[in-house]
Amino acid sequence: MGLFGGRKTVFVDADILVIGGGMAGCGATYESRYWGRDLKIVCVEKANIERSGAVAQGLYAINCYMGMQWGENQPEDHVRYARNDLMGLVREDLGYDIARHVDSSVHKFEEWGLPIMKDPKTGRYLREGKWQIMIHGESYKPIVAEAARKAASEVCNRIMVSHLLMDKTKANRVAGAVGFNVRTGDFHVFRAKAVIVSAGGASHIFQPRAVGEGMGRTWYAPWSSGSAYALPIQVGAKMTQMENRIVLTRFKDGYGPVGAYFLHLKTYTQNGYGEEYESKWYDDTRALVGDYIDRHPVPTCLRNHALIKEVAAGRGPIRMVTKEAFQDPHKETVGWENFLGMTIGQAVVWASQNIDPKHINPELTTSEPYVMGSHATCSGAWASGPEDYAPAEYQWGYNRMMTVDGLFGAGDTIGGTAHKFSSGSFTEGRIAAKAAVKYVNDMGKAQPQVSEQEYRDLEKVIYQPLENYRVGRNEIVAGTVSPSYLLPLHGLQRLEKIMDEYVGGTSTNYMTNGVLLNRGLELLAMLKEDMDRMGAEDLHQLQRTWELHHRILASESVTHHTLFREETRWPGYYYRGDHMKLDDEKWHCFTLSRYDRNTGKWAMEKAPVYHIID
Amino acid sequence: MPTFVYMTRCDGCGHCVDICPSDIMHIDKTTRRAYNIEPNMCWECYSCVKACPQNAIDVRGYADFAPLGHSVRVLREEAKATISWRLRFRDGREKNFVSPIRTTPWGSIKGPAEYAAPAPEDFAKQELAHEPEALNISGGLPALRRDQLKVGVV
Repeated sequence: MGLFGGRKTVFVDADILVIGGGMAGCGATYESRYWGRDLKIVCVEKANIERSGAVAQGLYAINCYMGMQWGENQPEDHVRYARNDLMGLVREDLGYDIARHVDSSVHKFEEWGLPIMKDPKTGRYLREGKWQIMIHGESYKPIVAEAARKAASEVCNRIMVSHLLMDKTKANRVAGAVGFNVRTGDFHVFRAKAVIVSAGGASHIFQPRAVGEGMGRTWYAPWSSGSAYALPIQVGAKMTQMENRIVLTRFKDGYGPVGAYFLHLKTYTQNGYGEEYESKWYDDTRALVGDYIDRHPVPTCLRNHALIKEVAAGRGPIRMVTKEAFQDPHKETVGWENFLGMTIGQAVVWASQNIDPKHINPELTTSEPYVMGSHATCSGAWASGPEDYAPAEYQWGYNRMMTVDGLFGAGDTIGGTAHKFSSGSFTEGRIAAKAAVKYVNDMGKAQPQVSEQEYRDLEKVIYQPLENYRVGRNEIVAGTVSPSYLLPLHGLQRLEKIMDEYVGGTSTNYMTNGVLLNRGLELLAMLKEDMDRMGAEDLHQLQRTWELHHRILASESVTHHTLFREETRWPGYYYRGDHMKLDDEKWHCFTLSRYDRNTGKWAMEKAPVYHIID
Repeated sequence: MPTFVYMTRCDGCGHCVDICPSDIMHIDKTTRRAYNIEPNMCWECYSCVKACPQNAIDVRGYADFAPLGHSVRVLREEAKATISWRLRFRDGREKNFVSPIRTTPWGSIKGPAEYAAPAPEDFAKQELAHEPEALNISGGLPALRRDQLKVGVV
């Protein structure tokens, strides 16, 4: 297809546009319809909402459920847990808001048909841990997608949204989005009164440990391309805690989850010589972070830290001791079904290597870093808090509205709210949607005004890689090497190498410093320039090209935030070699950034952390 | 290779193309059958394997770390609402598992517009759809007071 050959422009008008149909997007779509009976609600997704987002292959647990109906936990308890795990820094107003609503979402999932396991003695949901309940969740996403389809005016599958559109008559107000259909190539212009970004966090910005065929077996889905961040960043929305990347301790190669193993099966770790090792690193960790090491449960990053140090000391590999637990047939079944329900690739690895955990203690490793906002990490957009109690500095209008008018977010998109997981992301989608409906109602008859010039300019930029390839391909005989263009995989591998070597990936054992970060920014700037010369052979590669754009912008944000925070707040996630200690005096704060798309400059600032203090 | 497609079983129906979250199952123009165009962007999520009406799609573990000879097969039966797995190890041992996938009929979810519409004054409250009833607690939706949130180190 040539630059403009036979391509249609499809206009879609919506009251509420939901970008990304994963858990958060399905929650947003459902709730938008509940509150906005007469509104046009459009959900746009680059894949198919039946199996999209991080929950595409299913889940075996819901990791955020209070159990208020049985007095198990209260929302304050969850706030304290998330705060502790993130070394003191979470948006407690937002976290409390999710926690107080999340049980009603989970009760709906059960009513809709999600099989939730029950404790035979009490009849309550079967607990894996204090916050986790166990489910047979192979069809978790299809069930939630069914609810979203019943709510939406229209679900637009296979449309990759590349940019948001701003209102031409009102500064700092969103007016829609543009993207392309990855099947037909049609250009899509969405005009919307309110936009909810519920896209995915970022895998594949740091080089994965497997760089061959297995590069797809990342912990977070390979289709999580950082659109959650790039879309708001492009239009100047403030971001927070983008330095707070997460490193996961997981079973080796398949990155199978360890939660059920630790919490439910009561398995434990030891070094290559069969020794307990975490306590050995107590004094070392205490010297870095002070009494944060004494908190319970021990923060996720600090447990990583002990593992990383033990392996670096030459006593790897770290193993999970499963042989005892797996003698119990019930536990053995849980252990396997846990993978088959959410990380099938781990079962494939074990079958291929003859690892039966009943007879062999399997290896663990720490993953490459990821940037996302819903697990034990909280990168994302700076959002307005709940109307009823958020402090003035966290409240500038509608709940979950970013610093751009009419632009809302949920799930991986919203920063500062760790430990929301699937149920909390769905719930945050609901919270954002109710506020977005209110925003649309308050707008009255005013219509969003998009600029034709703006979307036509973007159209040219979006499809340029097809033209670059068509022209450049004629210069060479065959193959992938051209002096005129780079293919998306080339760009992705360059990005991953820069982030790995300069911003604290696995090859430096998660270590970086100010000098490395500044050099990383120089290399990222050149990569950004090269993006004008991307070549895409077909629409699939065009999708990969725009995913790469999103990943690069997210990476640039991560690097600026990492440079700005002059401390090591989360040892085990990353280390600033020039500032190895946690520094509560200077850095008990959030980091905020704002990108100026006209100048390409990033402005950094600090924001205060408010805690629940009884 | 992650997923691959058996030539003799695939009829080119395109269900895998439609469902793949990574957009890597495409139809080969010459054979008119599906194949994985980008194995290194495959998550082994099995969405295509489960969706294939011909059971034509299988997985061969990633070549960088999975020795040959294994097999993890799945049968997802919506009518029975079950999913069945058969694992075969490289050394020939087998394990089988069956789990439920849904407790209600497919398509039975009540859409949000089928519930009574909220009253205008409900917009000013913090309750979401179906709350507070769906929380199943007495005392209504929990809330903080503004003075409970303070700046400091805890």
